[in-house]
Amino acid sequence: MFEYAEAAVEAAMAAGARYADARVMDGRHESMDARNGEIEGLTQAGSVGLGVRALIGSGWGFFATADLTTEAAQAAGTQAAAIARASASVPGKDLELTPVEVRQDHWENAVDEDPMTVPLATKGDLLVAATKTMREHGADVALASYDVWDTTKWLASSEGHRIDQHIRECGAQMNATVNGERETQRRSYPGIRGQYGTRGWELVREMDLTANAARIAEEARELLTAPECPSHDATDLIIGSEQMALQIHESVGHAVELDRILGWEAAFAGTSWLDLTQLGSLRFGSELMNVTADATLPGALGSFGYDDEGTPAHPVDIVKDGIWVGALSGRDSAALAGLSESGGAVRGDGYNRLPMVRMTNVGLLPGDSSLEKMIEATDDGIFMDTNRSWSIDDKRLNFQFGCEIGWEIRNGKRGRMIKNPTYTGIGPRFWGSLDMLGNESEWTFWGTPNCGKGQPGQVGHTGHPAVPCRFRGVRVGVRG
Amino acid sequence: MSDQLLDTCERVLRLVATDAEAEVTLTSGTESLTRFATSFIHQNVADAVQRVHLRLALDGRVAEATGNQTDDEALARLVRSTLDAARLQPVDPGWPGLAPVADPPAVEHWEDATASAEPGERAARVGEFVAAAGDFETAGFCSTEGVTVAFANSAGQQLSGRSTSATMDGIARSGTSDGSARASSVSLADLDGAAVGRDATRRARESADASDLEPGRYEVVLTPSCVVDVLGFLAIYGFNGRAVEEGRSFARIGEAQFDPAITLTDDVTHPLSVGLPFDAEGTPKRRLELVDAGVTSAFVKDRRTARALGNGESTGNAVAGAGSWGALPANLVLAAGSVAPDDLVGAVERGLLVTDLWYTRILDPRTQVVTGLTRNGVWLIEDGRIVRPVTNMRFTQSYLEALAPGAVRGVGSDLTLVGDATFGVGAYVVPSLHLASWNFTGGAKG
Repeated sequence: MFEYAEAAVEAAMAAGARYADARVMDGRHESMDARNGEIEGLTQAGSVGLGVRALIGSGWGFFATADLTTEAAQAAGTQAAAIARASASVPGKDLELTPVEVRQDHWENAVDEDPMTVPLATKGDLLVAATKTMREHGADVALASYDVWDTTKWLASSEGHRIDQHIRECGAQMNATVNGERETQRRSYPGIRGQYGTRGWELVREMDLTANAARIAEEARELLTAPECPSHDATDLIIGSEQMALQIHESVGHAVELDRILGWEAAFAGTSWLDLTQLGSLRFGSELMNVTADATLPGALGSFGYDDEGTPAHPVDIVKDGIWVGALSGRDSAALAGLSESGGAVRGDGYNRLPMVRMTNVGLLPGDSSLEKMIEATDDGIFMDTNRSWSIDDKRLNFQFGCEIGWEIRNGKRGRMIKNPTYTGIGPRFWGSLDMLGNESEWTFWGTPNCGKGQPGQVGHTGHPAVPCRFRGVRVGVRG
Repeated sequence: MSDQLLDTCERVLRLVATDAEAEVTLTSGTESLTRFATSFIHQNVADAVQRVHLRLALDGRVAEATGNQTDDEALARLVRSTLDAARLQPVDPGWPGLAPVADPPAVEHWEDATASAEPGERAARVGEFVAAAGDFETAGFCSTEGVTVAFANSAGQQLSGRSTSATMDGIARSGTSDGSARASSVSLADLDGAAVGRDATRRARESADASDLEPGRYEVVLTPSCVVDVLGFLAIYGFNGRAVEEGRSFARIGEAQFDPAITLTDDVTHPLSVGLPFDAEGTPKRRLELVDAGVTSAFVKDRRTARALGNGESTGNAVAGAGSWGALPANLVLAAGSVAPDDLVGAVERGLLVTDLWYTRILDPRTQVVTGLTRNGVWLIEDGRIVRPVTNMRFTQSYLEALAPGAVRGVGSDLTLVGDATFGVGAYVVPSLHLASWNFTGGAKG
């Protein structure tokens, strides 16, 4: 497939580009849904094509085609350069690219059990059993699904990169919904977005959906009669690791995307409250807060060998001892921001999408406490877990998140279950109140398979290592 | 183009060559988008779209597959793998069968020049927007799309249609404020980059140096962009046949759940609409009244939910890839009133004019409680006059209650196509609204 990528790059350069790269991607996706004990849908999708990116002046031109012939690849390269030239009619400062070592390499992630080869009947039986059990234990609607992605891509650039990668990902999810007189309640497992990784079917087996099905159905029904989350302007809040993954994703991960900080996403996804002049000095959170973006974590959903510009995966410090020290970047954004190298965070979700800054595995490093110790150390507070709703402003500062379930904490013990728990805060103030952090044994590499960004829209696969945490003085119980 | 695509559909059906019930959809066209930020074009893309989708049922065993290659070998592989997958599936008791032969409405939202628009034409409009903003920094996009779709099934239904659309959408930034504006049409020629840029710049200028406002309940005037957000949640969680079937919907047919000023239809034949006259299952779309003067009168169904509900046929609202979400309206039209947008503001005693809603998420689908924030310009109105800009605010509000009987104080005459409906399904045609109460729960700065 390299020959098509090379043909596209050569054509783009011949048409006047000062840099060009092209990716041939062959992607397969399989998913199955079960509802109330019956398989409801099996979808298999495949796409193969080429996308070529040409840089002229300050603007990129990108053209994608599903036609994999040398002639079509050359035409795509020429067209990408023509589009870049049109971009130059509304010019900015010339874009530069940070240097990166030119490599010819192959990378693939390890899997124990190739998820594409697991029999459909085996996969279906699992979903049927899980949804049947949820129904038997009180769910009005029981859903379960799995997803498998198998992607091979070949990158060629005008600088000489020749990198092919084979990335296999999979995961599953299930949820139980119950209807009350005037409300619905839902419990999900392992989380609202399930659990996904760059792993084989062994990840799904480890989740043990059927062993957790009865519990979540019963909890959902119990929530119907549970008291509402109390409203407090300031209370101690313990957050489980699944919700912490969402907290990290929304209020740290997006905030440190360099394209947002530079204003490239201003009209749509938004900007960031972070100011580059404060990189290295701004206090983001308490001294317990250490966040990295690390695409090398084995099995995490945001892992790969090289990003879509050919930058090798490597760990990047984002927040160190509470101080903001790093950003998610690509070669163009890093150069514009005056950084010495790309953070290796540029990916496109298919051959037909322009690669852009995406989260890798943005996660919180563990501490030395535990969920049990946090509860014991809390006189009056609330424990919330499993994300239910998420909303944050366009600067990634003001958030309001809801969870599926919560419990009162009284005198160091877990008390009554509460429903509709919500909390709200301002990023640095909230992170500054972090005073207890779970330990390495509680460190979970949560995977988010549906991060939306970009125009045209792209869906990113991101990872979020997280542990349970305690925050002080948080506003909870916001209601309409 | 459509004849070629229909021929390919027929080729696929011949390849199936079993007793399977099969349906095939071929999509072909170009989607292009020119994106700008910090007042220059930084991303500019075009995609030659090609997609083939096959769904089939073998004795009730259902599988579907999508590919993007249409040569003989690729199509044969697609058919073979889908048949193999179906054979391994259990019988799907909810399989509703194929759409019967029926004609779609005679409507085509298409313009040749938009389908073949060059990158220079989009860049020119971006240039006009940037120039109109003067010293204000700008960001946004100009997009064009032209897509032809052919559908055929083994029950004899055979359809083709095509649709173009173009959108100019951007913000101007003053340093302390952002202002937005947008325009969409079936034709790129209808889009005036300078006019959109001037509107965005005016909003940015008039919302500069905003100050905080105490949270609480306020009257609001919502622009069409905000109204689309409200209707999107009502559509996906309420007027969706699957939500009704599962007991998650608020919708109760025959009840006055909305203000009498609300009349809501799903109508691809509306002159301002864009899109195709049939759905993903090959069922023709038709004008469907969802709310008639405040009374809930229908909800949308695909073939599966229509069968499950046992009360009629698909309404032509199946959405490709919607999976367990169910059926969705892609062409909502909220009936216009007779009040000019400025007069909606003039009728407010004390309230807020809101340009955009942002990052809205549902807290409970049954009660339609949603949280989100304002964006791109908010102003305090007192005694019918805008008195000052205010900083962005967070709200937690039941969208159902916001439109409940007695809650709608005015409906604008400014019927507008908003090109990218909430959740990305379709494009809605809506006016501005003046509502009696909106619950702002905090300032965006905390």
